Amino acid sequence: MAAISFSDVAKRYPGGHEALVGVTLEIDAGEMAFLTGRSGAGKSTLLKLIPAIERPTRGVVLVNGQNVGRMRAAAVPYLRRNLGLVFQDQKLLHDRTAFENVMLPLAAAGVPPREAAKRVRAALDKVGLLGRERTRPIALSGGEQQRLCIARAVVNRPAILVADEPTASLDAAAASEIMDIFRDFNRVGVTVVVATHDLGLAARYASRTLRLEGGRIAG
Amino acid sequence: MSGWLRHHAQSFAAALARIAGEPLGAALNTLVIGVALALPLAAFTALTSLGALVPAGSAEPEMSVFLDLDATRADVERLRAELAGLPGIRNVRFVPKDEALAEIAKTEGLGEVATSLKRNPLPDAFVVRLASPAAAEHAAERAGRLQKVARAQLDAAWVKRLQALLALARAAIVVVGALLAVGLVAATFNTIRLQLATRREEIEVSRLVGATEAWIRRRFLYFGAVQGALGAVAAAALDGAAGLFLGPLAAELSGLYGGQGGLTGLDAPTVAGVVALGAGLGWTGAFLSVSRHLHTLR
Repeated sequence: MAAISFSDVAKRYPGGHEALVGVTLEIDAGEMAFLTGRSGAGKSTLLKLIPAIERPTRGVVLVNGQNVGRMRAAAVPYLRRNLGLVFQDQKLLHDRTAFENVMLPLAAAGVPPREAAKRVRAALDKVGLLGRERTRPIALSGGEQQRLCIARAVVNRPAILVADEPTASLDAAAASEIMDIFRDFNRVGVTVVVATHDLGLAARYASRTLRLEGGRIAG
Repeated sequence: MSGWLRHHAQSFAAALARIAGEPLGAALNTLVIGVALALPLAAFTALTSLGALVPAGSAEPEMSVFLDLDATRADVERLRAELAGLPGIRNVRFVPKDEALAEIAKTEGLGEVATSLKRNPLPDAFVVRLASPAAAEHAAERAGRLQKVARAQLDAAWVKRLQALLALARAAIVVVGALLAVGLVAATFNTIRLQLATRREEIEVSRLVGATEAWIRRRFLYFGAVQGALGAVAAAALDGAAGLFLGPLAAELSGLYGGQGGLTGLDAPTVAGVVALGAGLGWTGAFLSVSRHLHTLR
């Protein structure tokens, strides 16, 4: 079964900008798919439709069989608990420690504190940040901040990991480290969808590449 | 413990931590709320104490019926029966003029005057206790028309006036208290609005990682409730401090009116009620603010 399915999906923003036009695609469970394309091609919009940050203007978006385009607002948090989201700007809370940042999804999901603490340490270990629990994000390098963001994304053990330009502000070595982490998760069955404009990275890591142009799948 | 209950406990703890983390701001907010609540609370305490100034039983209307100086023993017995027969009379007590003079002689400063009199100038009298204030005026009018009655005088007029004044003051406290309660809700509303603005990023991230709206709003609600409760505790403390200062003066005033009490302090159930009220008002202000502003932070 497809983990993610788009069927004739369009997205028009208020003001008339059409970010996506009739997109149809399927990403199977366990795939490591890359979305490539220039800035403004619609990569970020497409990724935002998966966790229902944006809703499609037309068409159907299915995530693990759930029609997220028509999902009630009250049900969206429960969808997001099964997704790991990684952002280009990380969206870390700088007044919290690394540990507290990774703890946030578990606290929101009501995981008991002892179990949550164990899972936070495991997630930090997977991204190589164990021992930096008390460090605030501002004291971490760009690559470490992105790894912290990944730890927060995977701490809820999601089936799907969605990353929007996760390496955009990183040097080549740090970018490779991030991609290695994604590949490790993919190898244990996590579906990974990454948007990037770096075709070299896509060529090295992708099991499948989808190219977007002007809001349409071009290849 | 279920996740839901756990988060309530965590939200409460987080509210306390946030207040402890900003001691100056929290203290000022608490003081503002405390003063706002202390005013009606102090007025309530003062009125309760003022009520105690009125000697027990004096709220019941009483009438003194003075007889003509030439009234005989037979007139006294006839009038006793006639007064007892009037509508709205609870009981009738005869006060002979010798007993009245003896009472005056016992009064400090009047003893010498009373003993220096060559003859007793006081009339015999009846003290008539009436069943209700409504019956008082009518009974006094009828008693005054009886034969050998010089004058019938209602003694409870000052009590009635005081009680009317107290009733007015109580109503004023309710109005002022309601206005200050609205003020407290508005103050909390604004505090939470500012908090929502400064914690915009945290709210956005929480939503992205799967937090429900109820989860996000809960810690703001607890913050409002804790702040309101602390303000109420401050109000009770201010009221208590004022009571210590004013208590002796109030006791002296009470003594002048024949009462025995001073300022009555707040008892534990009243303090608990005020704290619950403060928490409720804080919660209401926070709820209104979160309901109004949270959706605009999407």
